[in-house]
Amino acid sequence: MPLLDVRDLSVVFQRKGAKPFTAVDGVNFTVEPGQTVGLVGESGCGKSVTSLAIMGLLPRRGNKVSGEVRFEDTDLLKLRPQELRDRRGRDIGMIFQDPLSSLNPVLPLGLQVAEVLERHQGRTRQAALREARNLLDAVGIPDPTRRLKEFPHQLSGGMRQRALIAIALACKPRLLIADEPTTALDVTIQAQILTLLKQLVEESGTALVMITHDLGVVAGLCDTVNVLYAGKVVERAERHDLFAEPRHPYTHGLLQSVPRLDVDRGGRLHQIRGSVSDNIPWPEGCAFAPRCDRVNDACIGETVPLEPTFRGGALRCTNPVPQEVPA
Amino acid sequence: MSEALVEIDDLKVHFPIKSGLLFDRTVGYVYAVDGVSLKVKRGETYGLVGESGCGKSTLGRGLLRLVEPTSGGITFDGTDVRSLKGEEMRLFRRRIQMVFQDPLSSLDPRQSVESLLVEGLKAHGLHKDKADVQKRLKSTLDSVGLPASALNKYPHEFSGGQRQRIGIARALVLGPELIVADEPVSALDVSIQAQVVNLLGDLQESLGLTYLVIAHDLAVVRHISDTIGVMYLGSLVEEADGDQLYERPLHPYTRALMSAVPVPDPQVEDRRERILLAGDLPSPANPPTGCRFHTRCPWAQPTRCADERPQLRVFDDSGQRVACHYAEEILSGELKMHEVRAEIVRPDSDTAPDVGAELIQTRTDLPAP
Repeated sequence: MPLLDVRDLSVVFQRKGAKPFTAVDGVNFTVEPGQTVGLVGESGCGKSVTSLAIMGLLPRRGNKVSGEVRFEDTDLLKLRPQELRDRRGRDIGMIFQDPLSSLNPVLPLGLQVAEVLERHQGRTRQAALREARNLLDAVGIPDPTRRLKEFPHQLSGGMRQRALIAIALACKPRLLIADEPTTALDVTIQAQILTLLKQLVEESGTALVMITHDLGVVAGLCDTVNVLYAGKVVERAERHDLFAEPRHPYTHGLLQSVPRLDVDRGGRLHQIRGSVSDNIPWPEGCAFAPRCDRVNDACIGETVPLEPTFRGGALRCTNPVPQEVPA
Repeated sequence: MSEALVEIDDLKVHFPIKSGLLFDRTVGYVYAVDGVSLKVKRGETYGLVGESGCGKSTLGRGLLRLVEPTSGGITFDGTDVRSLKGEEMRLFRRRIQMVFQDPLSSLDPRQSVESLLVEGLKAHGLHKDKADVQKRLKSTLDSVGLPASALNKYPHEFSGGQRQRIGIARALVLGPELIVADEPVSALDVSIQAQVVNLLGDLQESLGLTYLVIAHDLAVVRHISDTIGVMYLGSLVEEADGDQLYERPLHPYTRALMSAVPVPDPQVEDRRERILLAGDLPSPANPPTGCRFHTRCPWAQPTRCADERPQLRVFDDSGQRVACHYAEEILSGELKMHEVRAEIVRPDSDTAPDVGAELIQTRTDLPAP
């Protein structure tokens, strides 16, 4: 049984006097225990909204969430706020993009880590702080005893992100959702954090949902990758398959348009023409059709379904990039 | 076309740290750029890479004298830029234009595209002939791939990629020789990034422009640059032809930087050797003695690295320059990597790093995951 099973998740933002906006449109994916699953896409594709919807962190008003988010055998979307609060931080941890704005600037670090332990494990402040020290040590923060009394502004960006990881992993959750955890960091610090995440996830057997726009990060970390475009999953594959033989024209184009460090200085980059349109025209066909090189009549008119591929992935395309026939 | 268009000689930009209630007392300096010498050849793209806080943007701004350099020389096409005064300098800026990182915050939201573009022309007295101005605006917009109808629109009506095109058009409209592009694509999505990178290449080809591209993304820089300079904490640590730098990075920092850049290919990612640096970038207000990198360098040797600041020297016939005492020994494998203890680094602090603080160990020899 999958640990997390997201079925037909949709999020529609509604505002008075404005057209409803579908940010996430029927997203399906599963996460097995201990697995690392990637959600990749460009800004506005709905990857962050998906993660917020799973955690029940979207504002209560102004949006409509439908579908199912099954965590083991409970549907998280049906839980009452109180029940959800009991699970957040205990069963599911979350790491956000900007560590400075997700830490409380007026509370010492130790208290922020200990808080989670007090809330979920009913420990005393003393015991929680002792455990907090060990957690900070485990994520590689130097001199953890002194750090307990310090404030977020006294730490560098990389250290803040480590602290955030310590908070997320405090209760040994079975699932960790990381929303662009390294986007605000420099590459050498990013390498530190990714190595740490990988190590912790392997040691504790925590499943990880990695949300990122960086295809390079996904290539090194994820078992299965979901590519999102305009609120829908357009392609899902095991990472080796996805990078070796992308089938969806969007994935294909995206991979070709990334300048790569290990390729000689070339002429032009492949470019995907145009840009993501604001109103998602999925009901009238494929949202990528206006930018697609392989567009045909079948792409316009009705929604293209997500079909399973024989390699265990899934693809939403009527005219996919041909596969090389194995010899 | 191998003559140098820009020559920067031992450029230093130090920012004073002030303190005190009544009297401004200078209590120290942030050594943002601390002795950088480089040449940009006419018609080439010089890529400057480094992490945040290494002084790469300050160097670009110092070149245009948007911040006044503390010392050092800047020569642009035979002109000593630092000796220019007031009006001379203002008129001179026509020849060097800048493209900024965030296209939305660098474009005035209340100005139409036309007024944004004409502003530069006005400043240089080129707006008198109405018909000529219109022609100029249209051809500039055309060259960056925007329709002429864009003239009457405002920045918020465009997407991120289009806004960056406006930023580029604004730089181009004056017909500059050098464009300093400070992180031109880092705010853009991957698919849009490719469009802008290609546009910069096309413009260089058709207009014979020279670029100084400042970016943190090594892959982008490698794609567009002829020569790459790597900066660390205010100084240039290595400089080489793009392919050469990738084939044979000499400086330990360059090696670490290259190994940290993720490659979108699982097979490469699974096999590659990673050099994980311990700790964070030290504060430029209180840079380490000797080699700036010795506190994090897995090859650092006792005494010499901490005592003597290595100068950027020509390594061999290829013209590759490196600032490391032990570049030869590291390249030949004579020196082995060792563990580095991370020091805690305070953001924005002008005091010394915690001396005697408990230190952590970071594994530098981590096998490929």
